[in-house]
Amino acid sequence: MNTDPVATHPDLQLITLDVNGERYDVVTEPRRTLVDVLRHELRLTGTHVGCEHGICGACTVLVDERPVRACLMFAAQAEGARIRTVESLADSDNRLSDLQRAFSEHHALQCGFCTPGFLMLAEGFLGERPEASKEEIREVVAANLCRCTGYQTIVEAIEACATARRGACVTPCIPDSPADKEH
Amino acid sequence: MKPAPFQYHRARDVDGASRLLAELGDDAKVIAGGQSLVAMMNYRLARPRHLVDIGGLRELDRMHRDAEGGLRVGALTTHHTVESDPAGVLGAGFEVLRKTMTWIGHLPIRTRGTVGGSMAHGDATAEWCLLAVTLGAEFVARGPRGERVIPAGDFFLGYYTTALDPDEILVEIVFPRPAPHAALTEFAERRGDFALVAAAVDLDVEDGEVRGGRVALGGVASAAVRVPEAERVLTAGGSFEACASAAAEAVEPPADASGSTHYRKELVRTLIRRACEEAVSR
Repeated sequence: MNTDPVATHPDLQLITLDVNGERYDVVTEPRRTLVDVLRHELRLTGTHVGCEHGICGACTVLVDERPVRACLMFAAQAEGARIRTVESLADSDNRLSDLQRAFSEHHALQCGFCTPGFLMLAEGFLGERPEASKEEIREVVAANLCRCTGYQTIVEAIEACATARRGACVTPCIPDSPADKEH
Repeated sequence: MKPAPFQYHRARDVDGASRLLAELGDDAKVIAGGQSLVAMMNYRLARPRHLVDIGGLRELDRMHRDAEGGLRVGALTTHHTVESDPAGVLGAGFEVLRKTMTWIGHLPIRTRGTVGGSMAHGDATAEWCLLAVTLGAEFVARGPRGERVIPAGDFFLGYYTTALDPDEILVEIVFPRPAPHAALTEFAERRGDFALVAAAVDLDVEDGEVRGGRVALGGVASAAVRVPEAERVLTAGGSFEACASAAAEAVEPPADASGSTHYRKELVRTLIRRACEEAVSR
């Protein structure tokens, strides 16, 4: 008897994903979007799902360090890429990252639904543009919807994190220096 | 919503993708970055039975200048690659492409969305389609019958319809001439939304004088269009204002909840003038 689910169910497909540095083998339908596989198969429910058509940004994750909409990508398309979700930000002792602490300190969230998306958007953006100006940050956060904060505090949190990272990177670079130095 | 079921096929090379498309017939669709297609599938506006994923064909993700000074953009080059131009190939001659990218969606859309995908999708308001029509781009398509080159004027046939055959893959987009005095601008209800109207010009400037140029519009017809009436004004030495008025008179944009025909004609007038002013100041 054939017990291979992929062989017995032609609608299923074996997909191998690299998420937060871990390898996952998932047997699923090809029509599953990346965000659905992250949440339902891998139980990484930190990534939220909102509009499912690329407008709200709640599902933003990093694919090869670039922010993408996980609802506008089938999980099968993510094979071979490195995926990072909001779960990757805190360290193994559950200590929040500098970016997460900045969000907390600046009250950059209220209900929190959009927050994982904003965090990953900012994480990817600052990774590529560590010297970003406040105007550039303002422009980038327009990618995601937040109906609570009015964005001002989100912009301030991201800017504070960027400023602290730049300060910490005057040689010798200390990557995990606390973001709350200047407060 | 969730997309309807489909079978997923990963292409190993362009010829394989095209063979697969020929075999699978009308129910198959090519997916590149998927930034339009996946949204349409989630809405079930599109329900292909088969997806042929060309996303892994790295040979289509490159951008370089050719010997004649033209720019060759591989179909899988992302908007974000054009925006950041890591290899520094755009120069002043193709600065208009880099500047235009900021009008396309938002950063997380631009990191996945591709130039070829946008062209093949053929949205009437898409910035890339407008750039192609304005700058006289050529489309290199490969299929079971070999490779052919389609000029921009023959490529966009109407709403979401292009001259590509169902089993052809768009592999490269060629911008044959540098366009140092070109600009694109648009108006959308919110930053990153689809444009209500988009305007682009590519001016011929000699000794600081405008001698003529190409004028094109998106969002006023079923595909991006050149506006010869406005171009004639430039050739005759008319003002940007006169050029913009000629364009507004020449087109009959569709009306919908976002704006009447009259409103869109006024947008044409304003945007063409802005594009001309930006282009000449480059």
